[in-house]
Amino acid sequence: MALSLAEASFVIDRDEARCIACQVCVRQCANDVHYYDEDTDRVLSDTASCVGCHRCVSMCPTDALTVRQNPLEFRPHANWTGDMLRGIYRQAETGGMLLSGMGCDRPYRIYWDHIVLNASQVTNPSIDPLREPMELKTYLGAKPEKLSFAADGALVAEEMGPQLELEVPIMFSAMSYGSISFNACLSLARAARASGTFYNTGEGGLHPALYEYGANTIAQVASGRFGVHLDYLNAVAALEIKIGQGAKPGIGGHLPGEKVTRDISRTRMIPEGTDAISPAPHHDIYSIEDLRQLIYALKEATYYEKPVSVKVAAVHNIAPIASGIVRAGADIVAIDGLRGGTGAAPTIIRNNVGIPIELAIAAVDQRLREEGIRHRASLVAAGSVRNSADVVKAIALGADAVYIATGALVALGCHLCQSCYSGKCNWGIATQDPYLTKRLNPNIGERRLVNLLRAWALEIKEMMGGMGINSVESLRGNRDHLRGVGLNQVELDALGIRAAGY
Amino acid sequence: MKRIVVHEEHCLGCRLCEVYCLVQHSSSRDIIKAYRQEREQVMPRVLVEESGPISFALQCRQCSEPSCVEACPSGAMHRDERTGAILCDEERCVGCWMCIMVCPAGAVRQNLAGTRIASKCDLCYGSEIPACVAHCPNEALTYEEVDLQEGGA
Repeated sequence: MALSLAEASFVIDRDEARCIACQVCVRQCANDVHYYDEDTDRVLSDTASCVGCHRCVSMCPTDALTVRQNPLEFRPHANWTGDMLRGIYRQAETGGMLLSGMGCDRPYRIYWDHIVLNASQVTNPSIDPLREPMELKTYLGAKPEKLSFAADGALVAEEMGPQLELEVPIMFSAMSYGSISFNACLSLARAARASGTFYNTGEGGLHPALYEYGANTIAQVASGRFGVHLDYLNAVAALEIKIGQGAKPGIGGHLPGEKVTRDISRTRMIPEGTDAISPAPHHDIYSIEDLRQLIYALKEATYYEKPVSVKVAAVHNIAPIASGIVRAGADIVAIDGLRGGTGAAPTIIRNNVGIPIELAIAAVDQRLREEGIRHRASLVAAGSVRNSADVVKAIALGADAVYIATGALVALGCHLCQSCYSGKCNWGIATQDPYLTKRLNPNIGERRLVNLLRAWALEIKEMMGGMGINSVESLRGNRDHLRGVGLNQVELDALGIRAAGY
Repeated sequence: MKRIVVHEEHCLGCRLCEVYCLVQHSSSRDIIKAYRQEREQVMPRVLVEESGPISFALQCRQCSEPSCVEACPSGAMHRDERTGAILCDEERCVGCWMCIMVCPAGAVRQNLAGTRIASKCDLCYGSEIPACVAHCPNEALTYEEVDLQEGGA
């Protein structure tokens, strides 16, 4: 066999003074990095397959382990970086596309970190959320065309389409049963119910045991139509047509056959062990008119009782695309930005296709307002919302709510090793291996997700209170409360915000 | 009384329960010293049973009508009045191993020297929560008020 030029990504430092050879690391590493040597009664490590997930580090009872990036350096070259060389070495050996999990890891400008929030000082009062009511409740769905008044001046209640009621403007975005484990799905479902929000089935169908969480479920209908049947559509609170995903706009999905276990095959309605391939396009959608047909087919199938969302990846012409989606009859438009995550994508697509969500959401909100159709659909921003300030900024840029997925998985233990596609997730999240899925206890998972949403809600209330705003309604599209730092005029114009100091 | 409840579906088979049980019953109670200097004298009183992906930690079930106490000829095996835990008085134990033979859970084991009874969960006598429960990373062991049926194991 020819020499491999792929070097280990990480090195493992084992403090021999602290290692007690208990072998917990050996048992916990699905990549077989650690092994016990009986002759010397020592635990050793073969770093070649270490993905840097830190499972061994977290579990080591004596803190004897550290995982570091391999310090091996190439001669510095600003253009031919180590990453570039390593990619070529691997492709020259395998002849294949390089795969990655999670979102784009390239250092494109993160606009969240160049936007700052306002706070009240002297001329207007801030609000203390501990003493005064602070409303985070959000309704997603089409709003009435106009306000009507009776002859006596009283407001006449307009008929309103179906709405999703969110206690916090944060939902868990689409992750399928298959891409993530049942325990991960169950954690999300339970947390959504406990927090008064929604999780999303992805294209994985709905496992029979999750029907009881239907009132907090958004069911996806994607290009492979996996697991879609009438009971599925009617068991949930809302439907979502998935056109695209921020991590891999323009391409489909592929769940390898080894992950299609008996339970997953039943849930997706495909034979056990077969690859689940979602085509890049919906083969029945080649235009806005076709999309409208599917939206209304779903509305018909569910008696117009559920809002229908359309999820697209943020791409160059996202504003007119979103306008078309709203005109096609969608009640919710979910936009997934460049940095949105995935279980598996070609690395080259993940790192090079799409636009950041901050720019997309600002452009879409602006366009829909200009066209006078902003009220006809709610906007959901997705694609790397990392903390509560990102949520506030997304809403102030024009979103009604946000989707989080990477953040939710991090709460469940994910360490962003970006190896979801390997099926060997040591944290029991992106795997179907029965040895590994047990590692995620849904009781703990639910608790951690509920804690995360609670903590973010508290922070959002503090930030809103500081701005003198007592309702998320008043924050939405309120770009006056945003200023840009270190952005050029083109970027400021695209975001529709002013520079700090102005 | 409070008993250790085993949740098989959440057990990872990491065996940290065994590690911390050993430390708790070492004389130093220091994880590194226990493993480095006392490894020959101390053993865990909980054992992880494994078969394929199924695993669980097994320690004394603290039966309501314990066969080991009944079978013990020397009176070493007894129920502690304060905690309700079944303990082995090692001063009185003669090493006949009747308790090992009658234990329905296989939760009693010989000590390392093979002469006396050592491996018998004492619910970490004196501590509020047993070490295995406190250190289980996935809450596969919990410490709860459980009433066993008459004669139940």
